[in-house]
Amino acid sequence: MISPPHSAPNNGAGGDRLFRLVTAGAAWLVLIILGAAAASMAWGGRLAFETFGWRFITGRDWDAVAGSFGALVPIYGTIVTSLLALLIAVPVSIGIALFLTDIAPRRLRAPVGMAIELLAAIPSIIYGMWGLFVFAPFMATHVEPWLNDKLGPLPFIGTFFSGPPIGIGLLTASVVLGIMIIPFISAVARDVFNAVPAPLKEAAVALGSTRWEILSQVTLPYTRSAIIGAVFLGLGRALGETMAVTFVLGNAHDLSASLLMPSNSIAAAIANEFTEADTDLYRSSLIALAFLLFVVTFIVLAAARLMLARIGRIHGRTH
Amino acid sequence: MKLFFAAAGAALLLAACHNNNSQNAASGQSAAAQITGAGSTFVYPVLSAWSADFARQSGAQVNYQSIGSGGGISQIKAGTVDFGASDQPLDPKELADAGLAQFPIVIGGVVPVVNITGIDAGKLRLAGPVLADIYAGKITSWNDPVITRLNPGLSLPGAKIAVVHRSDGSGTSFNFTHYLSQVSSAWKSGPGEGKTVAWPTGVGGKGNEGVAGYVQQIPNSIGYVEYAYVLQNHMAYTLLQNSAGNFVAPSAASFQAAAASADWKNARDFFLVMTNAPGANAFPITATTFILMHRQPKDKSRSDAALNFFRWALEKGQPQAKKLDYVPLPADLVSQVESYIGATIK
Repeated sequence: MISPPHSAPNNGAGGDRLFRLVTAGAAWLVLIILGAAAASMAWGGRLAFETFGWRFITGRDWDAVAGSFGALVPIYGTIVTSLLALLIAVPVSIGIALFLTDIAPRRLRAPVGMAIELLAAIPSIIYGMWGLFVFAPFMATHVEPWLNDKLGPLPFIGTFFSGPPIGIGLLTASVVLGIMIIPFISAVARDVFNAVPAPLKEAAVALGSTRWEILSQVTLPYTRSAIIGAVFLGLGRALGETMAVTFVLGNAHDLSASLLMPSNSIAAAIANEFTEADTDLYRSSLIALAFLLFVVTFIVLAAARLMLARIGRIHGRTH
Repeated sequence: MKLFFAAAGAALLLAACHNNNSQNAASGQSAAAQITGAGSTFVYPVLSAWSADFARQSGAQVNYQSIGSGGGISQIKAGTVDFGASDQPLDPKELADAGLAQFPIVIGGVVPVVNITGIDAGKLRLAGPVLADIYAGKITSWNDPVITRLNPGLSLPGAKIAVVHRSDGSGTSFNFTHYLSQVSSAWKSGPGEGKTVAWPTGVGGKGNEGVAGYVQQIPNSIGYVEYAYVLQNHMAYTLLQNSAGNFVAPSAASFQAAAASADWKNARDFFLVMTNAPGANAFPITATTFILMHRQPKDKSRSDAALNFFRWALEKGQPQAKKLDYVPLPADLVSQVESYIGATIK
C-alpha cells in the first residue's frame, strides 16, 4: 500500500515549527527583558527626574544630607575613563592581533594567544586590587610626579596633568580599564585578521607593500565592521565596569579637568551607595543614574551602527 | 533506552524523598531556632564570634548579613529579619512609628589615622575643629600653623594633606560627621552629618578596609577607621583632644570612659550618640552599635531566641569582644538594657 502523500513528512514540519517558535521566543524574551529593565529603571528614577528635571544631568552636587543630586560628575567620570581606556586599548589590541597573525613565529602564536585570553578570565576585582596595591603606588612615585613637573606647567595641556600625586584618579583608572578590555578587542581582531583571504594579502605583497601597508590598506578595511564591533564591545565593558574602577578611581564627587584627580563613575557610585540609600529621593537618584548609563550605552551603540553604515556607504560593504 | 531513563528517574525521586524525610527528622530533633539578622558591618566580627560560641552552647544558629546600617534598618522595618544592627540610632518617634525597640550591644571607636613619614602611632595631636577644617579642605598642608601649634615637638612636612573618607554610606561616617558637626559650626552648616555627606575634598574608600587601604598607600594622607582596623593593620593613629581639653589616645579604656560618662539614663530608647562625651579620659569619637527588634514580634519564639542570644552576649560575651578589640558595655548599662528589654519587647 502506498501511503497517502499528506501523511509523509508531517512530524518534520511540526518539529520545525516548534523550533522556530522556541528560537523566536528566546529572541523576543531578550528584547522584552531589555525593554522591561529600561522601563523599570526609568520608573524607579522618575522621582529624581521629576524633582530635578534636566538639572539632574547637569548638576554637580551629590549631597545626600541636603537632598540635592546631580549626575554630571558620575557621567563625566564614566565617559572619560572609558574613552581613555579605548584610546589605550585599541592600538595595543590591533598590534597584538597583527603580531599574532602575521609577525610571530608559529610556535609562539598559541601560547601568547592563550596568555592574552587569560587576561579576560581574571576577575575584575583582582584588577582593582592589583591597581590599588601595585599600579597606583607605581603611578604615584614614578609617573605622576613626572607628569606634574614636565607637563603641568605647559599652558593648555597643563590643566590636564596637574594635581597631587596620590596615584589614584582618572588616569590610573583609565589604564587599568584599558588593560581589562584588551583581551576582548584582540580576540576578535585576531580571529578576523585570520579570516582575511590570503590571496588578497599575497597580491598586496606582490605589488611591493610593506607590512604596515598591508595592515592599513588590506586587512583593516576588510575587517572594518568586525573591528568596530569589537571596539564597541570593549567600550561597553568599560562603561559598566564597577569593582576595578571603584578601587582606583577615588570615588570623589568632584569635577576637575585634570586626569590626575579622583572622580566618580556611575557604576561605582551605585555600587557604593545603594544599600545605604535611606531616602526615596536618594534611591531614586541612584536608579536614575542607572537609567542614564543605559541611555549612554545605547547612544554609543547607535553611534557605532551609524558610523558603520556610513563607512559602508562610502567605501563599500565587504560583508 | 527509555526504560533506562525511567528507572533512573524513579531512583532519583526515591532518593530525594528519602533525603527529605531524614532531613525533616533531623531538624525536628535539634529544634534549634534560626535567628536572622542584618545590618552594620562594624559589628560583624564580634557578632559572628558570639554566634559561634552561642551555637556551641545552646544549639541556636544566628545568621547575620553585614549589609550596612541602612540595609539593617530597612530589613527589620520590613520584618524580613529577626533583628537589625545599626551604628546610627533611630529617634524615638521613628522607633514608635515602626514598632521597634532599640538597645546598644557593643562599643567601639572611630579613630583618625595618618600616613606621614616619621610620625608614629600616637604622636600626632589633633583637635576637633582642626580635624573638621582638614576634612573641609580649609587646612591643606601638614605644616599649617594650626597643626604645628598643637604639635610643638614634631617636624611636619610641607606636603599637601590627602584626605580619605568613605565612599559608601556607613554608620562609621555618621558618627564621624556627627562629631565634626558638634565641634565645628562651619561643618554643621556645610556638609552636615549623615551616613553619606557631600565631602568637600578627598577620595572615598569602600568600607573601613578601603579607607585603611588608601591611607596605607597614599603618602601624607589622613582617614578615619574603626579601632579594630587600626590595631589589625598597625596604623598610625592620632591623639584627639576631647571636650575636657585632654589629648586622649584611642583604647578600650578611653572608649569605656566615654561610655560611662554618657548620659544613658535619660536617653529614651537609648537614643544617644556618644561622640564628644564629657569625661577627662573619654575618647571623643566613641560609637555604639544598636540592635533593633520588633516590640510585638510576629514570631515570638524567634524573638525570644534572639533576646536569649543578646542577653548571653551582654553578660558572657565580654572576652570575645575584648579579643577582637571591641569594648563591652559597662555593667550598669547592661542592667539598664536588660530591664528595657523586659519592659519593651513582649
